[in-house]
Amino acid sequence: MRTLKKNFSHLFLPLSVMALLIIINLIKGADYFRITMVNGAFYGNIPNILFGASELVILSIGMTLVTAASRGQDISIGESATITSAVFVQYVLQANEVTLLTIVVGFFLSCVVGLALGAFNGTLVSIFKVQPMVASLILFTGGRSIAFMIDGKVSPILANDISNKIGTVIPGIPVQTPIILTVVFIALVAVLCKTTNLKLYVETVGINPNAARLNGINPKKIIFLTFLIMGICTAVAGFIAVNKAGRHDSVNLLKLIMMDAILAVAIGGNALIGGKFSITGSIIGAYTIEMLNRTLLRLEIDPAMIKVFKAVFIIILMVVASPVVRAFFTKALARVQSWSLLSSRRIQSSPDGTILSTTNSAEKEE
Amino acid sequence: MASVNVIKPKARLSNSNILFLIAAVIFVLMYLFAIISFPNSFLQFQTFFDLFNLNAPLIIMTLGLCIVMIGGGIDISIGAVCGLVTMACAVYLEHRMGSIAGALLVALLIGVAFGILQGYLIAYLKIQPFIITLSGLFLAQGLLTTLHKDPINVTNAAFVRLRDFNIVIDWLGTRNRLGVFIPCLIKPGALVAVVLLVILASLMKWSRFGRNVYAVGGNSNSAMMLGINVKKTVFITYVISGLTAGLAGFVFIMTTGAGNVGNASGAEMKAIASAIIGGTLLNGGVGNLLGAPIGTLTLLVINELIRAAGVQSNWQAMVSGLLLYFFIVLQSVIMSLRDRKSFSLVLPSWLHLSGKEDPGN
Repeated sequence: MRTLKKNFSHLFLPLSVMALLIIINLIKGADYFRITMVNGAFYGNIPNILFGASELVILSIGMTLVTAASRGQDISIGESATITSAVFVQYVLQANEVTLLTIVVGFFLSCVVGLALGAFNGTLVSIFKVQPMVASLILFTGGRSIAFMIDGKVSPILANDISNKIGTVIPGIPVQTPIILTVVFIALVAVLCKTTNLKLYVETVGINPNAARLNGINPKKIIFLTFLIMGICTAVAGFIAVNKAGRHDSVNLLKLIMMDAILAVAIGGNALIGGKFSITGSIIGAYTIEMLNRTLLRLEIDPAMIKVFKAVFIIILMVVASPVVRAFFTKALARVQSWSLLSSRRIQSSPDGTILSTTNSAEKEE
Repeated sequence: MASVNVIKPKARLSNSNILFLIAAVIFVLMYLFAIISFPNSFLQFQTFFDLFNLNAPLIIMTLGLCIVMIGGGIDISIGAVCGLVTMACAVYLEHRMGSIAGALLVALLIGVAFGILQGYLIAYLKIQPFIITLSGLFLAQGLLTTLHKDPINVTNAAFVRLRDFNIVIDWLGTRNRLGVFIPCLIKPGALVAVVLLVILASLMKWSRFGRNVYAVGGNSNSAMMLGINVKKTVFITYVISGLTAGLAGFVFIMTTGAGNVGNASGAEMKAIASAIIGGTLLNGGVGNLLGAPIGTLTLLVINELIRAAGVQSNWQAMVSGLLLYFFIVLQSVIMSLRDRKSFSLVLPSWLHLSGKEDPGN
């Protein structure tokens, strides 16, 4: 039980937010969890959330790594995804016949472009020691124009059978394809984290780069590696987004998604100043954001007011989760516990031991 | 040990100065290049004044943002707050036939309210500044659309007079093709920006508060050890940032005279970029407020140059990205070169000391 608590204490914030949102939704209507079959695929609130958040989840995984290692955020992810997907779309469009091979080769090509863009940001951050937000400001400024140049015209359309299947449903499989791709990606990242010591190295570099260097870990390499992973993440996210939309809109594709991705990292209980991180938390955080957006729509709030509600919700959330308030509540809880224990143990007359044990447990909870 | 304590803050301050110098030199070079390549447009004084006239709100916002960034934080809500203020002022001036003083009060109150809310949450509850100011951005955008969705053109008589008011410089100007003399015009907004620049720059340079901000941004733990009230200092930086955002909104509507949903949208990224070009580091503790307008003007001159060259708008974004890349790499290279030099300057004295002690032992 104690190890369980230790392992899941950092997930307390995202999970409690999710629980709160589910309660609000259930109050609004009891049919929240109902799943129906439409055209051979699951349809309902939960599949919709999983479907809608797929790009955000993938991007927030990369953002978690970048944040943890380089102590800053990459704000160019939406733009990189636009460029990579533009390359993908151009490759698919120039092919005479679109087969599965075309799509796969196009995807790998976009991954290469994603790696190049990640390397561009990573070089600036690791070698030139520019802050990540500043370094990615360059791509943020020029990225959408580059994507437009690659497109050559306004929003080319991806009208082929395979991309349509990737964007929606493959017949015979009841789950939407973006959800499957997301799950596969998460599984790959999980395998990467479990089999290599990437997580340990990234955390070490994030906590103290100098100490990491003295211990034989090259912080430059690790930071560069996280940006490369970020590049792959943007390529995958762009691939999913462009197949979902069916056309490549270089102006609006994944616009301002970096705000949501950073928010997902923060809601997931990760510090934005680097160090220890939890990818699970970020994934849950990303799904929570999508859930929040859909909850606000479901509550039929006036569209003009949606952002106000979102802001107020985030502020309340962060206030409740802030270290000061949390410490205050833990202290109050410990006081109440020790008082009740004292009053109950007074009959047995061993006050010293009880006080010690309660303070110990309070410390452990913190 | 005492000597080390004295040297460190000096080195930090001169870091701000060197970054400021780089920015200033680059701006001057850029402007000279512009004059050489397009003499008949950039040689006019009016072009120079127009940079101020049309972009006074951005300069004012960048000033507030610079203070926050020197204090080690970031404020991305400024653009949205500025937009909200323009709309609130427009609605106030139109619906109740309010006065200009009232509108100014509305602008400042909204700005200060946002500053106090965000500052309290960030400084006293220790929440990450990015998240709080991001939700501040959402809040301001949501309030803006809730308040009014359609563009409003202000028709208040007194306000229209203020909007059309220009300061005319008779002895400076150009002759147009017909030979008619056109004097230079300066908008009151530009004057507000200059006055605010002087006030805030001297505040940061000479007041106790300004030095506290540098100390807190450099290392908040050691600032606390020195007896500086870290929380209060951080709180005040955000209040100042909110105040400047409100004032920028008022200057914005004073220049354009209309409230619009798209007003000052995306200004936060422009402000961050110009603060960085001006030599303020996102880490905090390094920066010079005089760099804020220089950064803004550099960015604007780049845009003007590209526009004057008649390039497609897509190239414009790419070229400004490239120039940003050039600046950032240049800053980084100069800083690292300088670090190496200061390292070699400091090290001999230490080696010298230890060298003296060793034979004695």
